[in-house]
Amino acid sequence: MKIYADNAATTKMSRAALETFVKTAEEFWGNPSSLYVTGQKAKEVLEQARKDVAEAIGAQPREIIFTSGGSEADNQAIRSAAATGRNKNRMHIISTAFEHHAVLHTLRKLEKEGFEVTLLPVHENGIVDPEELRAAIRPDTCLVTIMYANNEIGTVQPIKELGAICREKGVTFHTDAVQAVGHLPIDVGKQNIDMLSASAHKFHGPKGVGFLYVRKGIVVSNLIEGGAQEKGRRAGTENLPGIAAMAEALKEAVSGMDENAARLSALRDRLIAGLSKIPHGALNGDAAHRLPGNVNFCFEGIEGESLLLLLDDRGISASSGSACTSRSLDPSHVLLAIGRVHDVAHGSLRLTLGEDATEEQVDYIIEQTAQVVEYLRSFSPVWRELTQGKRQFIL
Amino acid sequence: MALYSDKVMDHFRNPRNVGVIEDADGVGEVGNTVCGDIMKMYLKIDNDIITDVKFETFGCGSAIASSSMATELIKGKPVSEAMQLTNKAVAEALDGLPDYKMHCSVLAEEAIQNALEDYYKKKGIKAE
Repeated sequence: MKIYADNAATTKMSRAALETFVKTAEEFWGNPSSLYVTGQKAKEVLEQARKDVAEAIGAQPREIIFTSGGSEADNQAIRSAAATGRNKNRMHIISTAFEHHAVLHTLRKLEKEGFEVTLLPVHENGIVDPEELRAAIRPDTCLVTIMYANNEIGTVQPIKELGAICREKGVTFHTDAVQAVGHLPIDVGKQNIDMLSASAHKFHGPKGVGFLYVRKGIVVSNLIEGGAQEKGRRAGTENLPGIAAMAEALKEAVSGMDENAARLSALRDRLIAGLSKIPHGALNGDAAHRLPGNVNFCFEGIEGESLLLLLDDRGISASSGSACTSRSLDPSHVLLAIGRVHDVAHGSLRLTLGEDATEEQVDYIIEQTAQVVEYLRSFSPVWRELTQGKRQFIL
Repeated sequence: MALYSDKVMDHFRNPRNVGVIEDADGVGEVGNTVCGDIMKMYLKIDNDIITDVKFETFGCGSAIASSSMATELIKGKPVSEAMQLTNKAVAEALDGLPDYKMHCSVLAEEAIQNALEDYYKKKGIKAE
């Protein structure tokens, strides 16, 4: 059995998105900035895509800036709000400890440039407390940036409430919604969102394209200088096939959202229930406020990379927050932020189901994971010490 | 390109000499606090010859493969020869490791040296 269970890393392009991609490249290859018909036809495709994307999140077309993806959108949103803040001598930014590195690394740079950054705790359940946000806002706070749904543990934040607090306090609110767009219903107006980042390849669109929503009235500075594309907010000839395919994928995702979310949530809960039977393991992040397809566990006494390699041998593609799976030497900052200690964080497994997942696949994942965990524990010196009482079980 | 060589994957999938020697003549344990891997080596030594070796490892694919390969390289060898085992020899025998995984082979070298030192200590001999 072959199961791709790493949809938080990337998704396969949908058939409709792929067809749109090819068709746009073939038929609308003109430069949207050109004044002749070939260019203007391309411009129409671009503006239709902008309209479709805007509609999917309850925005106006002019509030959408196409980017190369989620990281660029995050960088631009944060840099823009920081520039505005600096002009008004408001140089304090609030975020959380478990943001994506596109946010955290940008904030780290801003700290070097004189900004002060407060990272809110995300607690054991991986959810921000709105009252803690309220208490952290200062007169010089220029930006609050909190992710919509976490990419590792899938926890979904109370975005509407967080946005309302920011609105009340007059602080710009940005959310990195890369994992949420196309999977959860979003209405930027109702949810008090000022800026939102998204990436096409997380909802069956192509890689290398995304968008930034910026509410009308908020000043945006561009990261890339050059031509007047995107109303001067993002230079460079538009990636039209990518943009059109993204719009197509998003329309598709939104139209099937309720049905997919209900079905996936049930499969997710089945997977969580099954994996919970493995002794000395634990779910990471809140069980209820969670992305429909996300399951993330820690298993004590084993290391994540060897778990992934053996699951791969059995046809299952998954990921882990273990240090050994990355080139960095630390385990996932997300798992550390929710209070998992290093030893346990090394034994993490993230499974993110796609819309085509089945009960049979979920049951196979449960069975295989249980076998592999047991096997790896059979020659783990850490597990031996745990079972002999020489080391205390944490989970 | 696969993450690891075929040799690494073979030793990871079918690790040699896995387990524990209850009456070992030398036991060595090393933990790399950097990435959290822990390796434990058990040696049975007869007449200065390593007659049996077993290992237990908590770690990634390359850590398990490095332990397995290291045990193969010293099994049946005189203690003096095993003492000379380097991490480079382990990595080479595995047809190479990615740069950022070289520390796994260092762990294997250290685990064996620790086990040999333990053996010397038990015998009351000072390691050279």
